[in-house]
Amino acid sequence: MKTQTYTLNLGPQHPSTHGVFQIVLELDGETVVKATPVPGYLHRGIEKLAEARTYAQVIPYTDRMDYMAGMLMNWGYVAAVEKLMGIEVPERAEYIRVIVGELSRIASHLIATGAYAGDIGGLTGFIYTFRDREDILDMLEMISGSRMTFSYFRIGGVAEDFPAEFFPAVKKFIEKFPSCCDEYDGLITGNEIFQVRTKKVGVITPEAAINYSLSGPVLRGSGINYDMRKARPYSVYDRFDFEVPLGCNGDCFDRYRIRILEMRQSLRIVEQALEQLPEGPIMAKVPKVLKPPAGDAYAEIESSKGLFGAYVVSDGSPKPYRVHFRRPSFINLGYLGKLCEGWKIADVIAILGSIDIVLGEVDC
Amino acid sequence: MANFQLPAELMQALLEKFPNIEVQENQMVIVSADDLIPFMSEVKENPDYALDLLTNLTAAEYNDHFETVYNLISITNGFDLMVKVKLTDKDNPSVPSLCPLWGGANWQERETYDLMGINFTDYPGHPTRILLLDTFNGHPLRKDFKWEGGRE
Amino acid sequence: MGENIFTGIASGLSGLLDGAGVPVLWNDVILMVVKLVAILVFILVNALWLVYMERKVAAYVQCRIGPNRVGPKGLLQTAADIGKLLSKEFTWNKYWDIVPYILAPVLIFVPPFMIYAVLPFGENMAAIDMNIGLFYFAAVASLTSIILWAGGWASNNKYSLVGAMRVVAQMVSYELPLVLALLGVVMLTGTLNMSEIVYAQENVWFIFTQPLAFLIYFVAGLAETNRTPFCLVEGESEIIAGPYTEYSGMGFAMFFLTEYASVMLISAMCTVAFLGGWLAPFGLTFIPSWLWFFLKMYVMIFIFMWVRWTYPRLRVDQLMGFGWKVLIPLCLANIFVTGVGMYIYRAIGW
Repeated sequence: MKTQTYTLNLGPQHPSTHGVFQIVLELDGETVVKATPVPGYLHRGIEKLAEARTYAQVIPYTDRMDYMAGMLMNWGYVAAVEKLMGIEVPERAEYIRVIVGELSRIASHLIATGAYAGDIGGLTGFIYTFRDREDILDMLEMISGSRMTFSYFRIGGVAEDFPAEFFPAVKKFIEKFPSCCDEYDGLITGNEIFQVRTKKVGVITPEAAINYSLSGPVLRGSGINYDMRKARPYSVYDRFDFEVPLGCNGDCFDRYRIRILEMRQSLRIVEQALEQLPEGPIMAKVPKVLKPPAGDAYAEIESSKGLFGAYVVSDGSPKPYRVHFRRPSFINLGYLGKLCEGWKIADVIAILGSIDIVLGEVDC
Repeated sequence: MANFQLPAELMQALLEKFPNIEVQENQMVIVSADDLIPFMSEVKENPDYALDLLTNLTAAEYNDHFETVYNLISITNGFDLMVKVKLTDKDNPSVPSLCPLWGGANWQERETYDLMGINFTDYPGHPTRILLLDTFNGHPLRKDFKWEGGRE
Repeated sequence: MGENIFTGIASGLSGLLDGAGVPVLWNDVILMVVKLVAILVFILVNALWLVYMERKVAAYVQCRIGPNRVGPKGLLQTAADIGKLLSKEFTWNKYWDIVPYILAPVLIFVPPFMIYAVLPFGENMAAIDMNIGLFYFAAVASLTSIILWAGGWASNNKYSLVGAMRVVAQMVSYELPLVLALLGVVMLTGTLNMSEIVYAQENVWFIFTQPLAFLIYFVAGLAETNRTPFCLVEGESEIIAGPYTEYSGMGFAMFFLTEYASVMLISAMCTVAFLGGWLAPFGLTFIPSWLWFFLKMYVMIFIFMWVRWTYPRLRVDQLMGFGWKVLIPLCLANIFVTGVGMYIYRAIGW
């Protein structure tokens, strides 16, 4: 019998492409013959916009990249400018950065976990993780005054010190959160159907993971021990005791599972950072008008999605000459086309969800 | 911040092997476009360096030249290295594609081509636009780019 | 006292018409129409209530409150929703095959309604006490797939088409275990009449003598009604809404309400075949038989909802594999064991 493949435009308006992402699928029945990802629907030209702003004015734009973990995006950019100017950040500010950064990471992983459960079809997991994310957003709102786009970091430190009501809130959260993780494990991870849907699906070999520059949970899901916080500690991460969870099969389940394990580790870091939190200033002595010396600098941090890097070129004027962001979601997506081939439509959603993208970041 | 630069003796070995490269004080290595592929294969394949993860690939425009910037990381050794290629031909900047070495270069080169207009030779097929429409004119990150139309 | 309320009304009406000199034929026709209209109202009210109940159960499972603004405790929420859907403009698209496109939501309600006509809601409370009731159920229930397929095809949308193909594949695969599971019950009773099946459970419900058949029936029932974990037909996160993608307004509402009518139907059939129908357990006969039927049905519906809001969705090849490689062999084994058991039972001569 003569059969024919057909093209299906999955997205950009689709419930589970995590925003306006398009994949053009060539399908044979329900089996994917060829998948072509088409990013760019949310391209706002942040890199170009940054060239017309001062160094400090770029910070709010970085929030709009990975809006699920805005703090970490702030951090990546600020780190590059600080490296360029050679600014030494006060210790208390570093600790505050670690605490808000890890809370942001938990919030981001909660979305990834919940949305993944929703992608697989169990909507209840989605609501559970959002319930707990709300606590984090409340805390971050106490600190920065905003729930999603924080713009909390400053070049040389952070905007405000912790308010008094933050400490009891975070203490309560640290006590409560491990049991929430157990709840996700019970509801989502332990479910047989969830495991059947995710195990052995979308396997990324360690070689392919390195070759395709993947990073974050996607890289570690394939068993490669590379977490920048551990491998090349920046800020004060070398002072905390935490583990880097690794997967062994590189399938969707491993990538999903690593996020839950990472949340537990992030919680440990927050706990230790709060104990060690030193007194002192929260801002380095920085001139009012930032004029970094001519030159360039590239700094990376480990964001929730992977390695977030910022490349800043200065020509000595108050405006950055060129800014480039290495967005982990964008680069992790580069492997999606190959990864989806041969799987069913439902698996495409499962694979895409396991990579955990945020379109603000992909399209920048 | 801890230092993860290449040790001096490894850097020296590189300099011996590739006499044309130029090393700046903060270990930015400037490579000529012809040397790029052999240089990159050396630092990738040689277990002494094992710079196997291409994290970043981008480009910047200067008054008289373009620069492509590559950031490499070694997963086993923890080193990092920043490599730059100066492209003096401003009308037709082109540089060898890294796709044969790293699959991850594919999308980043497409993005660089799309926004900065750098041509990557030996790219499998011609790099197509990735973020902007295929019908878009010009490369927005260039300094002479002017947006016509849009909101007043 | 409550026991005979509905049969009483029916015979009262019949007597009234008789007294007014209406011929016997017309008397029967009027009575039948009244019964069917009563069932239609029953289905619609229940479907409305079930939508509300589903949202409340979902909210409870998900630590939310659920609808609570329209009417007391949000009870009028579904009515408001239906009102909104009714008032929506019917959009027109030249790519649609318009006749089947319109017919599908109109006809979709017919198969469940046809089956409700033969369901015994209580003692002597089947509108039509058909002696091949179970067979009729199996035959009519499978009509749904054709109607859904027609809607999906006529929409001329690839998501609809994929969904429609899934409908056909899934319904055909799971019809078999559904019917084969019921066959175990038929073997025990030797009848296809639903009332007689219920009477046969006076001593022991068939859920105890046919536990495997009950489980298979339940799983296949989930698949027949397109409920999670077998909600591939809608598959919200994959194919938007399957065959319903192109429908809006009342067309969509009809599909939506039919889903609940089907859930209720599968639960009602389960009650009849396995849970003793209207029979009162533990001799609690002071509760009327129709209320017992109702209670058992709602327990089943609640389990359906509970499963839906707990489980994720299977993949299409896993679904087919499970149906053909697990459920059908189990059904055949169940029939075999039942047959051997009955033979031994007779041979011993209890």
